[in-house]
Amino acid sequence: MADPIHQFEIVNLVPLFKVGSTEFAITNSAVFMFTAVVLTALLMLGTTLGRQLVPGRLQSMAEVTYEFVADMIRSTAGEEGLRFFPFVFSLFAFVTFANVLGIIPYTFTVTSQIIVTATLALLVFLTVIGYGLYSHGLGFFRLFVPHGIPGYILPFVVLIEIVSFLSRPVSHSVRLFANMLAGHITLKVFAGFVAGLGTLGAVGWAGATLPLIMVVALTALELLVAFLQAYVFTLLTCIYLADALHPGH
Amino acid sequence: MAPNAHGGDDRSSEEAALSARLQRLGETLDRKRPRSPSDDVQGPRPGSRFAGFARGFRLSSELVAGVIVGSVIGWSLDYWLGISPWGLIVFLLLGFAAGVLNVMRAAGVAPGPDAGDREH
Repeated sequence: MADPIHQFEIVNLVPLFKVGSTEFAITNSAVFMFTAVVLTALLMLGTTLGRQLVPGRLQSMAEVTYEFVADMIRSTAGEEGLRFFPFVFSLFAFVTFANVLGIIPYTFTVTSQIIVTATLALLVFLTVIGYGLYSHGLGFFRLFVPHGIPGYILPFVVLIEIVSFLSRPVSHSVRLFANMLAGHITLKVFAGFVAGLGTLGAVGWAGATLPLIMVVALTALELLVAFLQAYVFTLLTCIYLADALHPGH
Repeated sequence: MAPNAHGGDDRSSEEAALSARLQRLGETLDRKRPRSPSDDVQGPRPGSRFAGFARGFRLSSELVAGVIVGSVIGWSLDYWLGISPWGLIVFLLLGFAAGVLNVMRAAGVAPGPDAGDREH
């Protein structure tokens, strides 16, 4: 039976150079990251260069995506949040394309690597801290001091709030990574059942239809999860950025 | 066409019906709106069990993240300050509390840290 973990193996395609004992190379992961970026750029550039008043299919896709992200920012972080629009939109487009590309057979799912999702989550986390300190100074730390708490319990509450704040990038990155990883492993395991049962003759062929139906259903589910997780990742980004814009008063 | 007086009457009753309908729509929207920014994981199809699966996954990851971060902080404090095992004990408990807080916030049960500022 096929190894369900094999799909996540990183392969060096083009070795570039070495720094010390660390080898830098273009890996399959890097190739699909570039692909996601290039596809996003093509979609946005290709549809906005020859734009028309009445949008065609691709142009309306780009416009719907724009409106979707802009509405998400407005509803969570308010109008001021729109200054982060380029950042949030890039994150959304990258994660969506990486997730959806991963469903195509023989591709590599970039977002199933925790190093990628952790980097994205840390980028958001550091942006929140950096912008919060830049715009509010030390007032940003009021985020950790909730209102109306009696004085004797306040130190514990502040510590809990700090730990809760620090746990954000962990849950932010693990959610996306684990959803993609688990989905793709499940898909591979059921596909492995089909191949395994198919070798057993007529009875096996009959039995193999059940996991085959399951694989088809799971692929549809994975497509839903790909969009849903990109949406959740972006929405959480907006909620966290809202904290940088308006820390507690 | 109808005479003037009649037409005006007709129009005003039509307008009243329209405004009543608008008000009804506005009320429905108001009932729906305050919930939508906070429930993160409802996603496109709230009724389906896959959205429920995503929600459950989100809540569990929030709890686990709190506990992990708390224990990492506690363990590092032990390591750097040499106060083993007190840092781990205290921060594991704090991390658990933070995880529960995360879960309650994600589920929309508890208000966010800046609830006094914005309406939820």
